[in-house]
Amino acid sequence: GSCQGNSVERKIYIPLNKTAPCVRLLNAPPQIGCQSSISGDTGVIHVVEKEEDLQWVLADGPDPPYMILLDGNLFNRRVLLQLKGTSRVSGLAVAMAKPNPPQGFSPGLKCPNDGFGVYSKDYGPEFAHCNTTVWNPMGTELSYEDFDFPIFLLEDANETQVIKQCYLDHNVPRDGSRPEYPLCAMQLFSHMHAVTSTVTCMRRSSLQSTFSINPEIVCDPLLDYNVWSTLQPINSSGKVEPEKEVIMVATRIDSHSFFWNIAPGAESAVSSFVTHLAVAEALHKASDVHLLHRNIMFTFFQGETFDYIGSSRMVYDMEKDKFPLRLDNIHSFVELNQVALRNDSVLWMHTDPVSRMNESVDVQVQELLSTLSSSSTGASVTLQEAGFSQPLPPSSFQRFLRARHIPGVVLADHRTAFQNRYYQSMYDTPENIGMQYPEGLSPEETLEYVTDTAKALAELGTVVARALYRLAGGASSVDAIQADPRTVTRMLYGFLIKMNNSWFQSIIKPDLKGILGDDVPQHYVAVSSPVNTTYLVQYVLANLTGTVVNLTKEECQNPEKTPNSEKELYDYAWVQGSLGPNSTARTPFCVRSTVHLSKALSPAFELRQWSSTEYSTWTESRWKDIRARIFLVASRELEMITLVVGIVILILSLLATYFINAKADVLFSLPRDPAAVSY
Amino acid sequence: LLSSLIWFIAVKASDPRDERLQKGLLIFGVMFSVLLQEAFRFLYYKLLRKAIEGLVALSEDGCSPISIQQMAYVAGVGFGLMSGAFSMINLLADALGPGTVGIHGDSQLYFLTSAFMTMVLIFLHTFWGILFFHGCEHQRWWEIMAVVVMHLAVSGSSFCNPLYVGSLVPSYLLMAAAAAWAYLVSGGSAQNLRRFLLCK
Repeated sequence: GSCQGNSVERKIYIPLNKTAPCVRLLNAPPQIGCQSSISGDTGVIHVVEKEEDLQWVLADGPDPPYMILLDGNLFNRRVLLQLKGTSRVSGLAVAMAKPNPPQGFSPGLKCPNDGFGVYSKDYGPEFAHCNTTVWNPMGTELSYEDFDFPIFLLEDANETQVIKQCYLDHNVPRDGSRPEYPLCAMQLFSHMHAVTSTVTCMRRSSLQSTFSINPEIVCDPLLDYNVWSTLQPINSSGKVEPEKEVIMVATRIDSHSFFWNIAPGAESAVSSFVTHLAVAEALHKASDVHLLHRNIMFTFFQGETFDYIGSSRMVYDMEKDKFPLRLDNIHSFVELNQVALRNDSVLWMHTDPVSRMNESVDVQVQELLSTLSSSSTGASVTLQEAGFSQPLPPSSFQRFLRARHIPGVVLADHRTAFQNRYYQSMYDTPENIGMQYPEGLSPEETLEYVTDTAKALAELGTVVARALYRLAGGASSVDAIQADPRTVTRMLYGFLIKMNNSWFQSIIKPDLKGILGDDVPQHYVAVSSPVNTTYLVQYVLANLTGTVVNLTKEECQNPEKTPNSEKELYDYAWVQGSLGPNSTARTPFCVRSTVHLSKALSPAFELRQWSSTEYSTWTESRWKDIRARIFLVASRELEMITLVVGIVILILSLLATYFINAKADVLFSLPRDPAAVSY
Repeated sequence: LLSSLIWFIAVKASDPRDERLQKGLLIFGVMFSVLLQEAFRFLYYKLLRKAIEGLVALSEDGCSPISIQQMAYVAGVGFGLMSGAFSMINLLADALGPGTVGIHGDSQLYFLTSAFMTMVLIFLHTFWGILFFHGCEHQRWWEIMAVVVMHLAVSGSSFCNPLYVGSLVPSYLLMAAAAAWAYLVSGGSAQNLRRFLLCK
């Protein structure tokens, strides 16, 4: 037979490699997410594909606790709350539903970022707490529940099949009778170190770092960087004069889902920031950019999903004079929210009815609205006003309004509830925004293929860019200002399907090429910064809005030594460049742009007010070990038999040794050899 | 006795066992390690002969306090214990986890059969020690060759046979044969055995 060398561990366990855990996040009071015990949770596998299968787990099954393999279509609030209430469940593995559940799925809040926006009992109370409009009616708020057992997502359909096969081979109850041992079981490890709330874990971490030589930090605040850039360069370390007016354009670049680092965010984030990047590129094509009497600032906020981390920090910095601009400089505000699922190509313009009750603000808002509408004539996008009865949807603009009544508008594809039926979920994928590619294309061809989604977003980008040009005081013809659908489609491919493509590779710094992975891109804010998304937005913006300058590598990387570099105004980056025709060497070059990063950490952590209700206080727990594996478990009887057999043999051998020793002279006769030894 | 046992274990612990992971090299490695173990057994025999001369010189009445048969037995037990420990430790470490063998189709009784296999190997090493030293003592080279061949056979069978239970039976038969042979060589006989059993 064949001689197989196999380690015992490989005979026992099958590790599950492509999984995503549900981790614990903490806020001022509640903790959300999942927790496992420190040495993992084990349970007998049971496959639940329809509701009736749950009965076995909850009542009938004879070998609790069970580890459930749940079909994605049953991953809803009712089932999860039933599982939460019982002690017969030791964990849950969810198989992603393919295709996306047709009725929609959103584990997010029904009223996102409630309490941290502008509407409260003192300001527009009829709009606070979604009294007028429930923005996310599909929201089941599952992400914000606290589970005491681990929940993992199985991303690979092959691994799900292996688990199901193991279940079918060993665990299926035949004719209602008890299945026989050995049974197939699963173990999930996802022990979280932080408990209770942000206040508790930050207090513990700060005690540790103050008094301990080897501090054991238990949680980290969610933080990253905002990316911002201006049309006309400004001194990033100085202050801009109060007379200089700036129009702010904003989008968010992050998303979230029930599972850690799974956040495709196609409609909730990517569609908006890709359009925003296209707008920035289009505006830089105008010939008289330096003559405009108002500047335009393109801002990409991180962490908006978690109570507006990025925008609240920027407002705080502006108020405390730590940012080159102040709130007085902001003339108006344009925000792009979810824009890819337009019904009949209608885009809604949302404004804040409360601030518009002030005459001067209302006049400016009307001017904004009319400029936008007039820029859309002739385009296939129809802009309509959402009206006075509607408040602003959850948006970064709300944080700016909290500080000052700036005239602004939020563009979205929905008038009342979101069109997005997969808001903040793992199903907010390219299919959700209708991105379809024909079969049989190579990755390069897919990168360049212009989808209908890309064309639609590019149209929208053109409209917004032209409106901004007019708002900034531009007087000449707007025909040159066009968002390029080829750029839009490349960005959509890179941010939604594959980050590791030739365009992204050519625009980043050489030492950063490790951030381009081959997995599906995710846009979670995380705790180590900057995340891949932030870097890529920064470099794409630099590539689209910056200029190539003829500097050497040393001059580019050390602009302070180069004369005439105006280092305060510009940022210089030495990027890789594209591959040569024979695909061996790259031709790097220097890009000069006005792109900067600003820290996006909630002011609550700067001020050490960990129970703040004014600013976001979200933190993520730390953990050591997250993994999953399946194996067979033996019955108690077999374990007992093995132990008893061992003990019996031990006793027998002791007895035998004693007797043989006692009767040794009977058993062994001495040899007649005279040279023999005696004892 | 105890000190010589410890000394044997200490030297045995430094025995380089080849742990190559590729399939072909694994087989070669096992065979090589068997031959190496037998070579070490021979070296210990040589060392112990010298030790006995030294002990005889040191003792008062010109007789060594330890016989060569006792040394053979102790050497065998030492070898057996070390081989048992090496083969079981790795298994025991994995047995501590929640799972048992079987998900790829192996028998559930893997741990039990491994334990029995280890037991038979320890016994075999003990008997081989006695036979080997006896063979060296009386210049009976065929005894030494028989020990080496038996060792190779047992290692090869336990290694190559995926059905672990199947390799247990021949190993136990071999152990019975080796036990009988060693007993006879150490001065036992059928009558002694009968007297021992009847006296009970």
